[in-house]
Amino acid sequence: MSDDTPTRLTYREACKQAIRDALNRDPRCLVMGEDVGLYGGCYAVTKGLLEEFGPERIRDMPLAEGVIAGSAIGAAIAGLRPIAEIMTCNFSLLALDQIINNAATIPHMSGGQFAVPLVVRLATGGGRQLAAQHSHSFEGWYAHIPGIRILAPGTVEDARYMLAAALDDPNPVLIFEHVVLYNDEGDLDPEVVSVDIDSARVRRPGKDVTIVTYGGSLPKALAAADELVGLGIEAEVIDLRVLRPVDTATIYASVARTRRCVIVDEGWRSGSLSAEIAARIAEDLFFELDAPIRRVCSREVPVPYAAHMEEAALPRTADIVAAASGLARPQ
Amino acid sequence: MSDFTMPSLGADMESGKLVEWMVKPGDTVHQGDTVAVVETQKGAIEVEIFEDGTVSELVAKEGETVPVGGVLAHVRTAGDKTPAAAPATAAPAPVEASPAPASPAPPAPRPAPAAFARTGRVKVSPAARRLAAEIGIDPEGLIGTGVDGSVSLADVELARSRGTKAAPAPSARRTGFDPAEMRKAIAAAMARSKREIPHYYLASTIDMEPALAWLAAYNEGRPPTERMLAAVLTLKATALALREHGQFNGFWQDGQFQPGKGIHVGWAIALRGGGLVSPAIHDADGLSLPELMDVLRDLVARARSGRLRGSEIMDPTMTVTSLGEQGADSVMGVIYPPQVAILGFGRIVERPWVVDGQVVPRRLTQLSLAADHRASDGHAGGRLLSTIEQLLLEPEKL
Amino acid sequence: MTKDEIRKTALDILAGIAPEADFAALGDEDELREVLDLDSMDFLNFVTGLHEATGAEIPEADYRDLSTLQGVVDYLKAAGA
Repeated sequence: MSDDTPTRLTYREACKQAIRDALNRDPRCLVMGEDVGLYGGCYAVTKGLLEEFGPERIRDMPLAEGVIAGSAIGAAIAGLRPIAEIMTCNFSLLALDQIINNAATIPHMSGGQFAVPLVVRLATGGGRQLAAQHSHSFEGWYAHIPGIRILAPGTVEDARYMLAAALDDPNPVLIFEHVVLYNDEGDLDPEVVSVDIDSARVRRPGKDVTIVTYGGSLPKALAAADELVGLGIEAEVIDLRVLRPVDTATIYASVARTRRCVIVDEGWRSGSLSAEIAARIAEDLFFELDAPIRRVCSREVPVPYAAHMEEAALPRTADIVAAASGLARPQ
Repeated sequence: MSDFTMPSLGADMESGKLVEWMVKPGDTVHQGDTVAVVETQKGAIEVEIFEDGTVSELVAKEGETVPVGGVLAHVRTAGDKTPAAAPATAAPAPVEASPAPASPAPPAPRPAPAAFARTGRVKVSPAARRLAAEIGIDPEGLIGTGVDGSVSLADVELARSRGTKAAPAPSARRTGFDPAEMRKAIAAAMARSKREIPHYYLASTIDMEPALAWLAAYNEGRPPTERMLAAVLTLKATALALREHGQFNGFWQDGQFQPGKGIHVGWAIALRGGGLVSPAIHDADGLSLPELMDVLRDLVARARSGRLRGSEIMDPTMTVTSLGEQGADSVMGVIYPPQVAILGFGRIVERPWVVDGQVVPRRLTQLSLAADHRASDGHAGGRLLSTIEQLLLEPEKL
Repeated sequence: MTKDEIRKTALDILAGIAPEADFAALGDEDELREVLDLDSMDFLNFVTGLHEATGAEIPEADYRDLSTLQGVVDYLKAAGA
């Protein structure tokens, strides 16, 4: 950790410092994406990096996600450590073939001869009135795919340190950064200089009900836990952090204590990551449960543009409070 | 849109427990369909709906106790302008639900649809069930304070801390009845009757020989499945007599007599193991004797297996009790409120009787009437008995 | 049918009508209606059951022969069951 790191910074700044740090530490590392250079990134994460590192390492790419992902995969196989940026995960569907059919499979199909040490950063989620083609949450889909690791930093600390761990992973890693988090501020503990990309974290301890969430829903879950205190309910909030492979041990340890679980997932409920977690709890922890599992997910509509409708379509703090209190204090 | 409400299934019924839904939202219902099972002191009663429509929402949950008149379900009737059952999946739009309004506090996620719930089952959480097994408590006998009224860990812990074994699980009410509960219901109704209703009593001895001779001739040569009982003749005679004497067919309500809509004779059926129910034979005056026999056979079987319908419990406009062959010579009945009369047929006995100046052996029965003196007078009661007697003397006309 | 078979058939039918009764205590010469508390509908159901099991017509005039279990067995045997 360099001395000029402020202890309090934004999530956006944390992402930028992570990239700068990577570029400084490893000459094989480069950034590839749409508008990452001259424009500074559509969420301004890479602003100033072109001037600092030059066009060889901060490469503006054509508006073709398949090309971004495909050339980044080639670069990774060839020995570089590319950080590809895809503006929103909605657009990543154009790169789906490269990510799933190539990045996730080549290490396996080559019998380990070719590693794909690729990192893809994607913006995800709604809440900024960017309408249905820029606001969806597809990390749950990607978490379905073996061969890739899925990260969802929900704190400034994870935004700052997950990238280094991802670059150290010899296999492809996708990092989903929630768009409403970029402006959030948080403190960095000077004692912490790295994080793991394996485990979930208990962000707030409690004994009455477990709230499992990740990414952009984490602040809502923590706010809900604050409100639940007023109802005499101590909620434990678990930040998944890693969506694949999911750290079920941390979830199970918590739910085995609280015996009640609410899962908050900005994805649509049908076939979502929340469905997978609920199913695993039901499979492995059935006899510990004292109440049904509840889920708070996005309404099953394309995320609306109008502010009040968008707000209503996404999980809200009040929804989480209602679900959790309904389990912990029925009637 | 109309409300389907908890019916009053007895004079003293204040609330009932919804045991089972037999329909789910979206189902089409027709007048007379049984849609729910309600547990009452008379056992589990199948409750019918009295209009045509589509079930739009089940308001009451299984296991919930609802006061009489409380809403059980919303039903969309034919007159409603909104289209019946518009499942979102049928909409051509790509969305699966309309965008939600921005109300500040949405309801918690809904529990599983009732259609998937196991019928009449006491809900016990998995953790509570396991703990209860470990400490030897029957969790189904506990009061549930958990989600959807389920028995939760806290409920089992409470039972343990009280140091008491749980009460035995309630017997499955879906079939059969609880004799102790029924005793309470009878006690309440009969006490109210004797407290409120000024009874008067009349009795006549009726010559049953013509009716029984006609019946023997009818039954001769018929297989047992087609034979009729004497009770059918007395029932039909009673129902026809009530057409002429309407002041005995109805209810004393709000300080005045309200005539019954139709002649729905309540037939008192003694239950094995104790207890009594008097379900209605609807429009008994319009049924032929064989039809009446079929209804009676079915009603007795269902009463004894605890499968009566709500309308049968609610509708009787007067009651007939028949003591049968093992019973006493006559009965002075207690009126079932708010009805205004009960007729009793005593045991049929062979006695000396004077016919055309000759003493001859005849089979006789004591016909008695207990009636509400607020609604009728003894003179009218005597005429009712006389009409029944005349009808039984000409059984071929019944 | 043997007498034992007839007896068993009759007891099965009665068990359906009076499920709570203690048939072990039922003597062959006991009055069925009285001991089992059968009303006329119960008895008609009993006769119907015997008719369906054995084919015997059992006219009403013969009901008095069926007042005991022994009577039932003897009557149905004589009726060719």
